[in-house]
Amino acid sequence: MRIVILTKPVPDPASGGERLLPDGRLDRANSAAVVNGNDEYVLEKALKLVAAAGEGEVILLSMAPANAPETMRKALAMGATRGVLLTDTALEGSCTWATTRVLAAALKTIDFDLVFAGVDTSDGGAGVVPAGIAALNGLPYLSYAAEIEPDASARTVRVRRISSTGYDVLEAGMPALISGTQALGEPRYPSLKGIMAARAKEITTLSLADLGIDPSTVGSAAATTRLVGSTPPPARAATRVIRETADVAAGEIVAFLADRRLI
Amino acid sequence: MRPVTNEDRAPGPYRLTEEHEMLRDAVRVLANERVAPRAAEVDRTGEFPEDLRRLLADHDILALPFPEEHGGLGGELLSICLAVEQLSRACATTGLILAVQELGSLPISIAGTADQQSRWFPRLASGDQLIAFALTEAEAGSDVAAARTTARRDGDHYVIDGAKRFISHGSVADLLVVFAVTGTDDARHRRLSAFVVEVPCDGFSVTRLEHKMGIRGSPTAELAFDGVRVPVGNRLGEEGDGFDIAMRTLDRSRPGIAAQAVGIAQGALEVATQYARDRRQFGQRIGDFQMIGAMLADMDAGTEAARQLLYKACVEIQAGAPDASRWSAMCKLVAGDTAMRVTTDAVQVLGGYGYIDEFPVERMMRDAKITQLYEGTQQIQRLVIARALLGKGG
Repeated sequence: MRIVILTKPVPDPASGGERLLPDGRLDRANSAAVVNGNDEYVLEKALKLVAAAGEGEVILLSMAPANAPETMRKALAMGATRGVLLTDTALEGSCTWATTRVLAAALKTIDFDLVFAGVDTSDGGAGVVPAGIAALNGLPYLSYAAEIEPDASARTVRVRRISSTGYDVLEAGMPALISGTQALGEPRYPSLKGIMAARAKEITTLSLADLGIDPSTVGSAAATTRLVGSTPPPARAATRVIRETADVAAGEIVAFLADRRLI
Repeated sequence: MRPVTNEDRAPGPYRLTEEHEMLRDAVRVLANERVAPRAAEVDRTGEFPEDLRRLLADHDILALPFPEEHGGLGGELLSICLAVEQLSRACATTGLILAVQELGSLPISIAGTADQQSRWFPRLASGDQLIAFALTEAEAGSDVAAARTTARRDGDHYVIDGAKRFISHGSVADLLVVFAVTGTDDARHRRLSAFVVEVPCDGFSVTRLEHKMGIRGSPTAELAFDGVRVPVGNRLGEEGDGFDIAMRTLDRSRPGIAAQAVGIAQGALEVATQYARDRRQFGQRIGDFQMIGAMLADMDAGTEAARQLLYKACVEIQAGAPDASRWSAMCKLVAGDTAMRVTTDAVQVLGGYGYIDEFPVERMMRDAKITQLYEGTQQIQRLVIARALLGKGG
């Protein structure tokens, strides 16, 4: 079982200090980054599936500036086998469409049975890159997965897709691309052994030239969307902490919510 | 000759690597979830926390100082110190389990043969066995070379007689690195030799456990050696190398104590900060009173300064800096004094609540004191630094 994980470095929500470039775009080289949260959930699922299969690889595929803080190491420490980093200065400022195209091209260089992606990313949040890659590469696309059950002998995969009323059960042949949700299960912490083992794991890099993509078709100049402005979110109002005993506190919380017609 | 360009001088990124951050975070989570809830009880009962020793072993934390070929993780000094810091932030006794394991194994790393390392390291790396460093004696503390414990050669054995005092983990260790007088050499610094003693064994006994102000779960033992026979193959280095091995060990181990001190200070800062947010007097958070806010600011700045000096010292020592002794002494000096000041101030921020065991800061203040005393007092650290500055003199 060979599973590719599409993973993206995103600004670390805990650092609270992302920096913006003069044009308002995120300065990825100088912002603390972490593995996108949803990607960790699909990675966890992939690690479990490969372990259950008893053989295989979990391969990370990421597009990021070469000088950005490296987040792939953490995914390797969690247990991924190796990484492929797509990096090229011409990619800076690429729109969702260009990102989709180059990732789709990079994916073609890897042998796999399944591709997993987090359902969206916590920075851009467009949530269309996985679907776009599936469309460009002719892969079945199974989205909003709460459970993923491959059948290696039948070469099929079954997914429980979250719907507004419950689950839809989808099935497709392999290879397929699946976007997964946090319902897949809590990601593991990297163990010390995993962290130290990650040192020796391989991260290969791919450039646009490796993929035969014309640099003038990607990057900010060729972007199909443009950032016209950004504003920081308003400061949060003061928090009210209720410290009464449980029965009194429950009454106060109900009253608070009822006042605002939330219940 | 090529001119020096700015590029040649460009420093590497002055921050921890992602590997270091991951390692720190992994230990922090474990410390928060599993160690912190035990800290008060370990202090109150004064019992060595076997469960926490097992926890560190099971999570490969005790494997950090050892090379991969012997079952370790090959962590460099900075990694070890990050782990000690995070553990000590929750419980100084638990942080010391790793620091002492490193201290005890350093003489074997420094002077042990490949054969000796493969004999002892695998069981230490797995955490199945603990090792202690037995240098100090009742009359030989700062003056290491004044040791009186002797090792007399008898065929293919040495016979060790004497006593050691203030030996961390002395009563729970399976291996002891014992420094004993072998020479009659007039040169004081060539009198000592180092031996690995596997205990229990005939003639060895634990004669006393100290009742201490802090790090109360960490057993500090007085050890007696009455005709203890040790094979020649357990000697580290040559006869007379002992003093040098001990000094080189301390150059590398003092950052572990600095890490313990930084961890204690950070733990106290966090408790004090939370308290200053929660506690209201005169209708406002006490942290909003400038006098309290300023104390917290000084505690934070001091702790961060000590931490940065520690990390820098680790990197310099690991790189083989010729002034390793100076870095090692400086980081222990600054971190130990910072921990004492920060924990004392934390008690002050909490007022009466800081003085009772309902909050952990009184324990942290008692624990902090040891970092100014062991592995060389702060006065010895200053002596080491001053000597490095001035040279030996004429």
